[in-house]
Amino acid sequence: MIYFDNSATTKPYPEVIESFMKVTSNYFGNPSSLHGLGVQSEKLLSAARKQIADLLKVKSSEIYFTSGGTEGNNLAIKGAAHSQGNRGKHIITTAIEHPSVEDACQSLTKMGYEITYLPVNEFGQIDVTDVKEALREDTILVSVMHVNNEVGSIQPIAEIGKLLKQCPNVLFHVDHVQGTGKVSLSLREANVDLCTISGHKVHGLKGTGILYVREGVRVDPLFHGGNQETKIRSGTENVAGIVALSKALRISMDNQLLYHDKLQQIKTYLYKGLKEMDGVLVNSPEEGAPHIVNFSVPGLKSEVLLHALESEGIYVSTTSACSSKKRTISKTVDAMFHNSARSESVIRISTTYGNEMEEAKQVLAAIQKIVANLEKIMRVAK
Amino acid sequence: MKFDHIIIRYGEISTKKRNRKGFVDKMKAHIRWSLKDIEGVVLTANRERMYVLLNGADHKPVIDRLKGIFGIQSLSPAIKIERDLEVMKTAALYYLNHTLEEVNTFKITTKRADKDFPYNTDEINRAIGGHLLRNTEDLKVDVKNPDLNLLVEVRREAVYLTGEIIQGAGGLPFGSSGKAMLMLSGGIDSPVAGFLSMKRGLDVEAIHFYSPPFTSERSRQKVIDLAGKLAEINGSMKVHIVPFTEIQLLIQKQIPENYSMTTTRRLMMRVADRIREKEEAMALITGESLGQVASQTMSSMFAINEVTNTPILRPLITMDKTEIIKIARELDTFEISNLPYEDCCTVFTPASPKTKPKREKVNYYESFVDFESLIEKAVSETEILTVKPGQTFDKEEAMEDLF
Repeated sequence: MIYFDNSATTKPYPEVIESFMKVTSNYFGNPSSLHGLGVQSEKLLSAARKQIADLLKVKSSEIYFTSGGTEGNNLAIKGAAHSQGNRGKHIITTAIEHPSVEDACQSLTKMGYEITYLPVNEFGQIDVTDVKEALREDTILVSVMHVNNEVGSIQPIAEIGKLLKQCPNVLFHVDHVQGTGKVSLSLREANVDLCTISGHKVHGLKGTGILYVREGVRVDPLFHGGNQETKIRSGTENVAGIVALSKALRISMDNQLLYHDKLQQIKTYLYKGLKEMDGVLVNSPEEGAPHIVNFSVPGLKSEVLLHALESEGIYVSTTSACSSKKRTISKTVDAMFHNSARSESVIRISTTYGNEMEEAKQVLAAIQKIVANLEKIMRVAK
Repeated sequence: MKFDHIIIRYGEISTKKRNRKGFVDKMKAHIRWSLKDIEGVVLTANRERMYVLLNGADHKPVIDRLKGIFGIQSLSPAIKIERDLEVMKTAALYYLNHTLEEVNTFKITTKRADKDFPYNTDEINRAIGGHLLRNTEDLKVDVKNPDLNLLVEVRREAVYLTGEIIQGAGGLPFGSSGKAMLMLSGGIDSPVAGFLSMKRGLDVEAIHFYSPPFTSERSRQKVIDLAGKLAEINGSMKVHIVPFTEIQLLIQKQIPENYSMTTTRRLMMRVADRIREKEEAMALITGESLGQVASQTMSSMFAINEVTNTPILRPLITMDKTEIIKIARELDTFEISNLPYEDCCTVFTPASPKTKPKREKVNYYESFVDFESLIEKAVSETEILTVKPGQTFDKEEAMEDLF
């Protein structure tokens, strides 16, 4: 099996599962309990929080645990909107956000919020001057993803942060789910106020996530209850998942230091190989994230190619896994190229640190073979 | 292009005469310690200033650490370059683009110590100023009150560029005032009192009164966490944890309720003073602020203070709670202090403690009880920990491999 769908989810590291098992069976106390078992759980929680804060170079008190990327993005956007709503009701985001950002913004329009969607160029990037021009008196939030989940384009987060530094009333949210452990981002230097991270994209477990909330930023909670996580996210903490997440993040960030070049080599190899292939259009920018290569075979439905690859034991995805069941076109590719033949036939390859060059070679050969075969059939069909 | 040294200006130390060397040496030692893991940096000092030579190290982390060192009035990053107008222009632009604070207005001040340099000050000012304006957006000249006054010093051996002035922590160098014992409760005030004492050059050790099973492991951990925050200043802090349960129980039994608080404080003072003597410190520090609670009225302090003639330093005595909270937030101790666990001061609080206790009365009540042997015992059973920064959440060994 060749697993090239790491942007959908990653396989948990064995060490991570081991941590989870140990914590969940040995330290099962509720961290809010006053007795000794509770104290132990709370210690683990604090230690995990501290380790994550150190890895992200922020303070422990700025780390909040969530159930993953979707919750983190919803909490950041709706929570910020609700706490700032009396100041203004304008939000700026991009045309290529993950549905958990896009739909969270969309849901706010019912309450009178106005959303500006910034366009992207053919490299899948927004223009910082567009952000500047979109800013208004009543803008309360700018939400921009760091690395695009479909094509891997990297947004100019640091520059946007620099621009927003001059607008202290505008909060800056970054969806860092795809960037974590792959493309570095300094939250402090980029002046980020809110940042979402998901556990299962960095070889942690599903159902774990982090929301960074800069000190002094107010976010209204989505859940009310036991006042855990200083009231921002009530609900008994998933201590075992959180400890596992802190380990997964540590290992992933170590791997980023050790194997980033290897990952980049594999990407370059795939990118070049696909670019030269007949009938194939590469959608990802060359300068994008080192783990995502997105391409189209116009005229050939994504799903057909996906299943053909699957029959060879190769797992990839069409658009993002979250939306691929909807059989829609790739929103990101459409926003980049405005070409429906291209955005209907999208395949995403996403790698991670455990992948080898040998696998990339096999995948490329398989694509070559399948496309050539199917093209024959397609041409007949045309 | 890179910053190659940082200028450090002394604050109060410069007013010291013959003792100055001692202060400077303490500060030097503290700076050396705090920069020890940054490769390449070298520290040199003269009578008025110190210089950190960066030798390729990034200036930002160095400045970040220097900002927390007591005794430093202000800092400025500087660039040493060759005597060439083009290089000077490039360096000036680099300086402007790498300031810590946003710069919207500037001016150039040239000092030409070497009159052989082919351009005069006016020409240099204009050449560099013009270059900056051409290569930036929204930047303006303001000769009266600029955000950045870029100083260009032309000397025989080189040209020096500096200008941004970063505020230091002020105060006196760590340890230059001797040692004192901080009574650290776990509340908001005492860590702040500890910090302010350290700022005046004191070397501080903490004393905490621990009353299991009435107070939990969590309140003990809280104090260790707080000490861990204060330890960031110099690398470690000794914490003396005094088992106080027996004494508290005896007070409950023997002293009338409205005087129990006064006696408790007096006994804490006596135990603390005994530990101070053992550690050869010269003062006790408390987080008291006048009138904040019953034990902090003038009459209370008068009654409590009777048990010792050791100086008791009360750095917060005139501060309001809001002022104290502000510092606690900056120190990052506020959130820890705010955790809702019982501590030795809250667990036995009487319903209506005397706000105006009398010395005669408290002495009379205490005269029926022999506390001395219990004080001895508490002192001898005191546990001593050395808390390091970042060790605050001590992962126990069994838990280590989980992370």
